[in-house]
Amino acid sequence: MSNPHISLPQGSLEKQTTTLNLGPTHPATHGVFQNILEMDGERVVSAVPTVGYIHRAFEKIAERRPYYQIAPLTDRLNYCSSPINNMGWHLTTERLLGLQLPKRVEYLRVIIMELARISDHIICNGVVGVDTGAFTGFLYIMEFRELAYEIYEEVCGSRLTTNIGRVGGFERNFSNAAFEKIERFLKEFPKALKEFETLLVRNRIFIERTQGVGAITAERALNYGFTGPNLRAAGVDYDVRVAHPYSSYGDFKFDIPVGTTGDCYDRFLVRGEEMWQSLSIIRQALDKIQDLPADVYHADVPAYYLPDKSDVYTKMEALIYHFKIVMGETDILPGELYNAVEGANGELGFYVISDGGRSPYRLHFRRPCFIYYQAYPELIHGAMLADAVVCMSSLNLIAGELDA
Amino acid sequence: MTNEQIQSRLIEKFGEALTNFEESYGMLSFHAPKELNLKVLQFLYDDETLQFRFLTDITAVHYPDQVGAELAVVYHLQNLTTRTRLRFKIFTSVASPQVFTATRLYASANWMERETYDFFGIDFVGHPNLIRILNVDEMDYFPLRKEFPLEDQTRVDKDDDMFGR
Repeated sequence: MSNPHISLPQGSLEKQTTTLNLGPTHPATHGVFQNILEMDGERVVSAVPTVGYIHRAFEKIAERRPYYQIAPLTDRLNYCSSPINNMGWHLTTERLLGLQLPKRVEYLRVIIMELARISDHIICNGVVGVDTGAFTGFLYIMEFRELAYEIYEEVCGSRLTTNIGRVGGFERNFSNAAFEKIERFLKEFPKALKEFETLLVRNRIFIERTQGVGAITAERALNYGFTGPNLRAAGVDYDVRVAHPYSSYGDFKFDIPVGTTGDCYDRFLVRGEEMWQSLSIIRQALDKIQDLPADVYHADVPAYYLPDKSDVYTKMEALIYHFKIVMGETDILPGELYNAVEGANGELGFYVISDGGRSPYRLHFRRPCFIYYQAYPELIHGAMLADAVVCMSSLNLIAGELDA
Repeated sequence: MTNEQIQSRLIEKFGEALTNFEESYGMLSFHAPKELNLKVLQFLYDDETLQFRFLTDITAVHYPDQVGAELAVVYHLQNLTTRTRLRFKIFTSVASPQVFTATRLYASANWMERETYDFFGIDFVGHPNLIRILNVDEMDYFPLRKEFPLEDQTRVDKDDDMFGR
């Protein structure tokens, strides 16, 4: 008996299809994703994604929290690059308050954000390799994600859910060890990345497995709300860092890599080239901060930035500000703002409405992978099951961000 | 393309129907009647000078005190050629939250509208598959509406005159 809701790919035999549950805890889905696939032999006839397995109601929780306590919630969106989410939230709050930051703070933020972009792309490209049968590359460059995490650790004390930075700057200055580790990263990572690319980019098996798989045209990608490397792989040069510069990204010279076909191979190449561009941005940022006073790591905004602990015990104003900030009694002016940053997998937007109280009246996260994941059934229609797995990992879906 | 040009082009087309034009943090924002939401979206998409062809986001806001217009549906659009962003809102009552769907124009609107339905109960008329997406199917309330409490309101251990929790 044929199902009227299923349109079989051309040339397939009219027969009963098999239902296959891919996920939610299947190791090949790299996260909590469930897809109910209708299979005709090895080919995917239709897919119904089910999402929401790790929904944690961040938007509702945020309506009760002071602004600075929302930063830890953003950690748990895209947890492969939480510094970008943290910075995105701080930048949103600062724009809402109209704060101007010193150049050195903005450049330090750029360094951390680009490190986060690299560590996110390491995982995504590594996992694409794993799903096509090349485990070595993944393990090999994973060492450098560890190094990036050590740099976060030097700066803020934590590794995965970083809660890095504060409204107005950083919680402390970068230590010498942090700069040494960044230098080490810049020195050693290019070599490993080059080897990783040599392993895969011209590899016959890898090309056969990824070229033409999960392809999407630029028009469809735009219609589906793609952003980030996935959109650029389809040939649209939209990058929030260039289109709506934030945190002094306008001061840097870098290229936006674009693909042509929007398939898994192009997505892989675009991410690879973005890592090279990020390395160049970090180098430029390190050069730029050489000329700036080394003791500046936050803006002079006592009403929003926590004072030094020794001042809290000895100075009256510092004590008052400390008390007001910690108790969440600093009111934010009323306003309505949509602010976006270029997350590692797309445009991460924060739509915040402040009614003048201690916490936002409404906060909405525009999560890039929630929006582009709905194209997944179209991308894998008629593909082999193994290609569906590669396609999913090359989209860089992060369950925490998708489900918010 | 400046915000004034966009505004005058829209007023030229829709006249008095669009209200509350304002510019906050550089982004043009206005209100539209809820029957016109698709007409506005289509006009912004088709018009040769405007070309707002990228749907950034759809979400909603609940204002329980505005009787008859409790729910606002917020659309964020972008013109990718000139990198201009724009926001517009439509208001609907919580008793009859029927709003036309944008899924015919934007494939990305599908899940955005499902999420908005899931959390606010906006009934997108014509949506191909308007079911809950992040919450469980058995849920019988819309959790991001303001009447749904954040924590147990009967708690006494956090009652504090000074900080009003």
